[in-house]
Amino acid sequence: MSVAETAPGGALGEPGPEGGGQTSAARLAAYVQGGGVVVPLLTVVMAFLAGGIVILLTGHNPLSTYKAIFDGTGLNWLLPWTSSADRPAAALNLQQTLIQTVPLILTGLAVAFAFRCGLFNIGGQGQYLMGSYAAVWAGSSFAGMAHVPHVLIAALLAAVAGALWAGIAGLLKATVGANEVISTIMLNYTAIYLGDYLFGLGGPLQGNQPSVPVSNDIAGGAKLHVFWGDPELQGLHIGIFVAIVALVVFWVVLNRSTTGYEVRAVGLNPEAARYGGMSVARNYLLVMAVCGFFAGLAGAMDILGWQFRIATNDIDISQIGFLGIAVALLGRNTAIGTFFSALLFGALLSGTSQRNLDPTIFEPELASNLTTIIQGLVVLFVSADVLVIAILRSGRRLVPVRRRRESET
Amino acid sequence: MDAALELRGITKRFGRIVANDGVDFDLQAGEVHALLGENGAGKSTLMSILYGLYRPDEGEIRVEGEPVTIDSPRRAIDLGIGMVHQHFMLIPVMTVAENIVLADEPRSAGGLLDVDAARSRVKELSDRFGLAVDPDAVIEDTSVGQQQRVEILKALYRDAQILVLDEPTAVLTAQETQDLFRVLRALRDDGKAIVFISHKLGEVLDIADRVTVLRRGKRVDTVATEGATEESLARLMVGRDVLLRVDKAPLQRREPILEVRDLHVRDDRDLPAVQGVDLTVHAGEIVAVAGVDGNGQTELIEAITGLRSVDSGAIVVEGRDRTGAGVRDMATAGISHIAEDRHRRGLVLNFSIAENLALRDYRTRELSRHGWLSPRKMVARARSLIREFDVRGGEPQTPAAALSGGNQQKCVIAREIAANPRVLVAAQPTRGLDVGAIEFVHRRLVTERDAGRGILLMSLESEEVRSLADRILVIYEGRIVGEFPPDATEEELGIAMTGGRRREAA
Repeated sequence: MSVAETAPGGALGEPGPEGGGQTSAARLAAYVQGGGVVVPLLTVVMAFLAGGIVILLTGHNPLSTYKAIFDGTGLNWLLPWTSSADRPAAALNLQQTLIQTVPLILTGLAVAFAFRCGLFNIGGQGQYLMGSYAAVWAGSSFAGMAHVPHVLIAALLAAVAGALWAGIAGLLKATVGANEVISTIMLNYTAIYLGDYLFGLGGPLQGNQPSVPVSNDIAGGAKLHVFWGDPELQGLHIGIFVAIVALVVFWVVLNRSTTGYEVRAVGLNPEAARYGGMSVARNYLLVMAVCGFFAGLAGAMDILGWQFRIATNDIDISQIGFLGIAVALLGRNTAIGTFFSALLFGALLSGTSQRNLDPTIFEPELASNLTTIIQGLVVLFVSADVLVIAILRSGRRLVPVRRRRESET
Repeated sequence: MDAALELRGITKRFGRIVANDGVDFDLQAGEVHALLGENGAGKSTLMSILYGLYRPDEGEIRVEGEPVTIDSPRRAIDLGIGMVHQHFMLIPVMTVAENIVLADEPRSAGGLLDVDAARSRVKELSDRFGLAVDPDAVIEDTSVGQQQRVEILKALYRDAQILVLDEPTAVLTAQETQDLFRVLRALRDDGKAIVFISHKLGEVLDIADRVTVLRRGKRVDTVATEGATEESLARLMVGRDVLLRVDKAPLQRREPILEVRDLHVRDDRDLPAVQGVDLTVHAGEIVAVAGVDGNGQTELIEAITGLRSVDSGAIVVEGRDRTGAGVRDMATAGISHIAEDRHRRGLVLNFSIAENLALRDYRTRELSRHGWLSPRKMVARARSLIREFDVRGGEPQTPAAALSGGNQQKCVIAREIAANPRVLVAAQPTRGLDVGAIEFVHRRLVTERDAGRGILLMSLESEEVRSLADRILVIYEGRIVGEFPPDATEEELGIAMTGGRRREAA
């Protein structure tokens, strides 16, 4: 038996009854485009189980740790049996969770929209940062401007900055066919070091404190309105509504507009799209720009909503754009999926933070690593979707040839 | 004497679908036994059971009279069953000999691959059955026909007594098919038992001794090919009388609507593919471009439909020069295109039927306003086209991937005809379809011709060309080398298609 004979479906499409024998790219596309919630839920469960083993290895109790993380997320505020004594703390925690969810929804959309057009946008981080820089600049300039126009200008400039940044990768893809994975990764580094220069010591946008590499604070009028909680204690800003509107726009454009129809056609079968009279290159450029718009808006929401300034240290450790990839993958590139997976990751970020986690149960210094581990596991399990599907179909012989032969030898 | 192979009452279900329903099949040493049936009739499932890829829910398999359980391909090979799949399973960068001995390599004293032993064994087998394969050739440099022979050798190398070939001729030219048949006859005369899976009636009559016909998972009958006709087999296969010959009204040729003048087009590697083609299609006629695959016909079609840029020359539609127009402009000018490959180009398989039917005109007022789609109108139109073109197995919201090949093709044809074109370019419109679907496509093309459209048919099947076309243009190395009437013989066409006779005076 040759190695090649283990792929009964052949290499060229035609998914067999078992869906085997496809390329990994085709499998990933099928996974992220297929409907259903079972596989993503199972993916999450498996990630938490594996994370539980990690907790066990550190000598802690996984159940009480997860309970503490859950309480740290503030999601217990939603449970009717939470006592009124616990409610104020839970409300504060939930506000933190939702503040984290806002940019994750937007960077998740930045990745999901690209996926729907057959592009892999790894550049969410760079686009998010470019948006943050623009928001900080616009927010700290125009000091006397009225509140509403100031916020609108800062947010719009941030989104456009993200769109232009991503548009570079889109333009390269559309004109010379440069692989967007490579170009967006490179643009991430460029954006990080650009920020280190802009806000670093002696940089053109460094603030008035001479020895601190941080920007000026944005003007009070450029800050987003806080509608839940105390603005002085990082209450929840209206960015959550911006993110939800973005989800709706994403769904409507994708499913109800001729542009969205083109994007989906190009994503599923570029050759058929061309045959239908569409310009594949134009769609690549447009889609990358829209992705950057979403990511840039995410940067604006963080700056105008609760950070108010940016330090080179923030730039170097920020992961929001990268987390967007996990959000989109787990959310299967759908609007509703992106919402829930952004909420999950937002909850994990805030639930394991030093501020929210009960230190007697799990040391907060270790806990944020736990988030990273679970995030990594989710990405791993999503990429290794075959594993999940194999478990789902264990009775139905997903990889009959290989498995049986191995058991024989 | 016991049969080489006997299947009794084989039943296999996938969920609620019964792929095989109590199928009996027997195979004698020294015979070619064809397994005939439409797509989805259960041929491949039956053979997958035989090869240990699926286990039957019911039924019994006997090899040389002994009941056996085949639970893996390894077991099938041990029992002397060899399979040549439709998609070859060869490693392109390895040589023929290396591929053949893979996983069963002769080893020299040090445990290393004994290259010489491998090569000589391959050579010996190859010579014995007239396979003419060079053991040292690298797979990626060999032709499809040679690769298929390597697959056969792979089975023979493992001492296969029973050889299963799954639609082996689908990828071959007419000449290669004849070569394959010569090899199969040599194997048969040597006492091998051969299962030949196909839905091509002529080939089955040519090569097989007996035929078992499957329809919807059930065995309909097993008959000797002696005394059988294409019509009788088609009736068994489809379950009703099938018109294999197309009835056509006399030609009513009208004004010219598509004129191609001295067209030059390059292929993907930037080499000249179309080198000075002139052709004219009149309203009310079917003009066929016939030729062996890879002689520029694909590039010619792509240029005419706006998918490929033109080097020089002119494309004139209804008197207006459209040279260099893109896909959308060509479509507006009145050219529809049934694409050569419905999976790669003609359809977005993960789109619903309704979305696929909108692929060419989603921007028109009929389906959208100011950039917003009207799903309701898309579904309503899909519903009426599904009815008109008899697309079965799907609602407007069903993904195209869930349809059978024939129904997928009906979707493509429905969309292209619904655009009400002046010229319908049909590239291999029946590729991979079964007899019933072919009949539908042929009838529809003739209907459109009679309605006054001009039809440019590109086909690799000379039988299809002869039965449909009013004029046959033979293309060879990017040039039209001859024009023939539909009653030209297979030989005449074959000679021209292989460059045997150039048209005098250009």
